[in-house]
Amino acid sequence: MKPAPFDYFAPTTLEEVFELLNRYGGDARVIAGGQSLVPMLALRLARPEVVVDLNRVPSLSGITEEDGVLRIGAMTRQARALASDIIGTKLPLLHQGLLNVGHPPTRARGTLGGSISHADPAAETPMVMLAYGAKMVIAGSAGERTVEAAEFTLDTFETCLEDGEILKEIIVEASADEGTGFSELARRRGDFAMVSAAARIRLDADGRCAEAHLMIGAVAPVPLRCDAVADALVGTQLTERRIRDAVRLIDLNSFSFDNAEVSLAYRRHIAPTLASRALAQAVGRTGGLRT
Amino acid sequence: MNKRRVDLTVNNRAVSMMVEPRLSLADALRGELGLTGTHLGCEHGVCGACTIIVDSDPVRGCLMLAVQAEGAEIVTIEGATPVVGLSEIQAALREFHGLQCGFCTPGMVMVLHHLFSNNPVPSDSEIREALSGQLCRCTGYQGIVNAAKAVAARHMHQNVQPRETSQDHRE
Ligand code: FES
Ligand code: FES
Repeated sequence: MKPAPFDYFAPTTLEEVFELLNRYGGDARVIAGGQSLVPMLALRLARPEVVVDLNRVPSLSGITEEDGVLRIGAMTRQARALASDIIGTKLPLLHQGLLNVGHPPTRARGTLGGSISHADPAAETPMVMLAYGAKMVIAGSAGERTVEAAEFTLDTFETCLEDGEILKEIIVEASADEGTGFSELARRRGDFAMVSAAARIRLDADGRCAEAHLMIGAVAPVPLRCDAVADALVGTQLTERRIRDAVRLIDLNSFSFDNAEVSLAYRRHIAPTLASRALAQAVGRTGGLRT
Repeated sequence: MNKRRVDLTVNNRAVSMMVEPRLSLADALRGELGLTGTHLGCEHGVCGACTIIVDSDPVRGCLMLAVQAEGAEIVTIEGATPVVGLSEIQAALREFHGLQCGFCTPGMVMVLHHLFSNNPVPSDSEIREALSGQLCRCTGYQGIVNAAKAVAARHMHQNVQPRETSQDHRE
């Protein structure tokens, strides 16, 4: 359980990072919080020749807000984001998702950008970013480009990052007066989700649903957006009954994960329940759930 | 691979060590500095036995490379233990049967040490949250939770204030 030998660099500027990544190409891996990469090194699932550490690049961390738009540096620690008042008030779904990420010691090191770039299908933060329609700022020696969260995560452990590029920043537009809900099932606290669900709901002045988003995670290589459910909710008065009916529209055929720990049948069985809980919690937080 | 020199502070002492980049911080503390109180169970981030305090945060020592600790301030179980006798957390673990084989105990003590340093009277759910990443194969956890609750109750009775200010996470 010891990593294979590698060379190590700890640059302090982005220019140096890109210079190293260009020099070593596919032989190099960047390390962010290391909470996924170091286990992969220890298990020798990853055997890079060179590890480029982003922990000493100060410009990659921090949370700023301007006119309701939050910019979160990719190296912002999960613990710091979880304790952030700005995130707690402006991006409550991210706060709720982070509560389910690992444990205090892994969140102390783990970063938002690291988790999003790792693209584990059961991870909470990529799903939250999809639910928010966040934008990912990707940087490389050729400059920066910005892609939608939905274009960033491509497959299990696969993103649109090219060799020599890193995720630099996440841009999320906060939506005032919406309710959010997050629900997941795991065997123990902090374990990977068996199924997870994230919801955002906004009501209009009459208390009808004006906007709805529902994501289901840990069932397929990329978290699923359930637009059919959202469409069934928009324009209606949200009751528990209405939510229960709407979650029947989750496309269970697009679930694909099936293994000895959690069967496909079980994932299909519990997903509507978790979705209902996330939606009800979201509506409850708008103050509008009717029975 | 070439060894690197790492300068850091461990249990309030400035130390330096020469390490290969692939060496974990927990292995370096044990092998290079002789601080064998930090235990390694799984060596890949699952069990929490290796938990230490790095720059005021509890951290998995097996998930940090020793080279990443350049300039860091680290507290290990040796630093959380009085020269003579037991800390109040350790004494409570003994009193409430919070250990059997003791393999997980250094990690348990470190997360509780961090918890009580910042929050002398944690709630039951804060105690469970702090312990949530630590695995114990022996006790069934209840003795550990009971020990922590007893420490909290004692602190409440004595009106204990936070000992150290941890790194402020708030924006
Ligand atoms: S030895 Fe580090 S978490 Fe198990
Ligand atoms: S006392 Fe044996 S593992 Fe916890």
